[in-house]
Amino acid sequence: MAARTLYDKLWDDHVVHQDDDGTALLYIDRHLVHEVTSPQAFEGLRLAGRKPWRTSSVLASPDHNVPTTDRSLGIADEVSRIQVETLDQNCSEFGITEFKMDDIRQGIVHVIGPEEGATLPGMTVVCGDSHTSTHGAFGALAFGIGTSEVEHVLATQCLIQKKSSNMLVKVNGNLPVGITGKDVVLAIIGKIGTAGGTGYAIEFAGEGIEDLSLEGRMSLCNMAIEAGARAGMVAVDAKTIDYVRGRPYAPKGDDWDKAVQYWQTLHSDEGAVFDAVVELDAQDIQPQVTWGTSPEMVVTIDGKVPDPLNEPDPVKKEGMLRAIEYMGLEANTPITDIRPDKVFIGSCTNSRIEDLRAAAAIARGRKVADNIKLAMVVPGSGLVKQQAEQEGLDTIFIAAGFEWREPGCSMCLAMNADRLEPGERCASTSNRNFEGRQGQGGRTHLVSPAMAAAAAISGHFVDSRKLSVE
Amino acid sequence: MEKFTTLDGIVVPLDRANIDTDAIIPKQFLKSIKRSGFGPNLFDEWRYLDHGEPGMDNTQRSVNPDFVLNYPRYQGASILLARKNFGCGSSREHAPWALEDYGFRVILAPSFADIFFNNSFKNGLLPIVLSEDLIDQLFTEVESQEGYRLNIDLEKQTITKADGSTIAFAVDAFRKHCLLNGLDDIGLTLQHADAITAYENNRRKQSPWLFQ
Repeated sequence: MAARTLYDKLWDDHVVHQDDDGTALLYIDRHLVHEVTSPQAFEGLRLAGRKPWRTSSVLASPDHNVPTTDRSLGIADEVSRIQVETLDQNCSEFGITEFKMDDIRQGIVHVIGPEEGATLPGMTVVCGDSHTSTHGAFGALAFGIGTSEVEHVLATQCLIQKKSSNMLVKVNGNLPVGITGKDVVLAIIGKIGTAGGTGYAIEFAGEGIEDLSLEGRMSLCNMAIEAGARAGMVAVDAKTIDYVRGRPYAPKGDDWDKAVQYWQTLHSDEGAVFDAVVELDAQDIQPQVTWGTSPEMVVTIDGKVPDPLNEPDPVKKEGMLRAIEYMGLEANTPITDIRPDKVFIGSCTNSRIEDLRAAAAIARGRKVADNIKLAMVVPGSGLVKQQAEQEGLDTIFIAAGFEWREPGCSMCLAMNADRLEPGERCASTSNRNFEGRQGQGGRTHLVSPAMAAAAAISGHFVDSRKLSVE
Repeated sequence: MEKFTTLDGIVVPLDRANIDTDAIIPKQFLKSIKRSGFGPNLFDEWRYLDHGEPGMDNTQRSVNPDFVLNYPRYQGASILLARKNFGCGSSREHAPWALEDYGFRVILAPSFADIFFNNSFKNGLLPIVLSEDLIDQLFTEVESQEGYRLNIDLEKQTITKADGSTIAFAVDAFRKHCLLNGLDDIGLTLQHADAITAYENNRRKQSPWLFQ
């Protein structure tokens, strides 16, 4: 057999049927469901008198609308409450496992899937959420779908798909100390642009990627969609297998040995051909900060807000002018002069235990600066929160002046009560700096957890490595 | 799904690259558990001067006269002319629902984000990719000629201008077939139910851990 890429292998393993024009029926192993993109899909099933094909493939949890403050009173916003209750009713009616709002396992679907071992190497994983690419960190084929497709997967266990092209993004050499998966992916997006990966499945490889922990790889793959690629992935290695071992949904006994044997084949073959190859030198990657309203509008911490006058492309120049105006910035301002009003540490990109440890390491023994109106830490799941509390991270954050919240998507997209007010500037560990994303008129700067914590402490953006304990 | 065969309509130019689905339909409207009624909140933050929330009477809100969709000359438009990477970001299908509910049936752009592109076809909305040069030319024509219309014929895969000249466009054969006939994907897939069952049985044998 010809040499195949990781994506080729995952694709081939899941094709149920293929037409001559390449349109394929792809089998789906794991379907994650949340409250926002599923109600119309369940309603569609009911109207057509259909049932889910395989309920054991589905795992649900409310995450977008849930409050991050005291939950004993329920959800104050009625529309949000109805949406969460609708998920509860649908899961109960169709016999789907759901981690409800009061379950310790509740959390952001892209955090709980891997945490439970419900995301496994070699799987196809889908969810009505673009950040499903996260799960590609496990050598899985994972991508976001729309609500019609959510209904389609529920009803048929399959999706109608055409194969994407193969792109290899190679990070050569070892990462400098203090550089995270978030910095790597922002640097990649800065290089290839927000549409650079459109039509491709991206495999991330090279020493710089191998250096990352599974949680770092999740932050990386999470933002493949911000480079335009529906799916991002990393080959299976020993770290992947160690991470999965012993998790509730992970295989046990003989199944485990058999699974590991298969998982070890989940890498691109020597000589496999990619349609596009992009290479970066790990040593060049510095802490990243976005300055504009698209994730590609990114510079390093020692950089400046770029000057649109230097941009030759008229459409791009117009976009830059608009972004600078929206962000309330001026061209050529050093990034370290930018002062946030709020700091948000959380989201499916950066709310796992290692993210919280990195932020706590900066916050330990220090205080949030006076100009910061609110600094909040929102763990990705109830179990992450529990783990952090066992390690005393909550105490560190609270002592420094951060708020310690309940798990959910929170201010990444502000569907619940956590949001920016018009004109407010935020250092955020989330994934999108679009206009209005964190609240109408809000201004978002995307950074890693250590960089967000460092901005909270300093009152302006600063290289977090300068605050790290020697 | 509503069929799409031909369309003759007014074109509105939205001259910005990388329009994301957060801009197309802001998050507060995603709390609805319905598929319809999103049209009045399409591009909400650009279209109105005040902050929109679900349940507001949108006819009483102050509109932004500088936003192109509000120009009198573009009222009743059913074709949206856009720039590259249209529909990037969130997978929310509420974006094509809002565009369709507003009255759009066709979007012309040099490129689309993958998930949005896919979602559009499921909702009777036809996204057409044209070269940057053609899109530039259309922007010039639309902005200079009031009442500018185009005629779209999906069967023939042509866009016809008022002067009779035509532009050919490409479309995936399967998607074209579904759109022309208003076909339900699920029904089509379930014709392969036996193949799905056979695949699944085999997979259960080979990888039993996936079925716990």
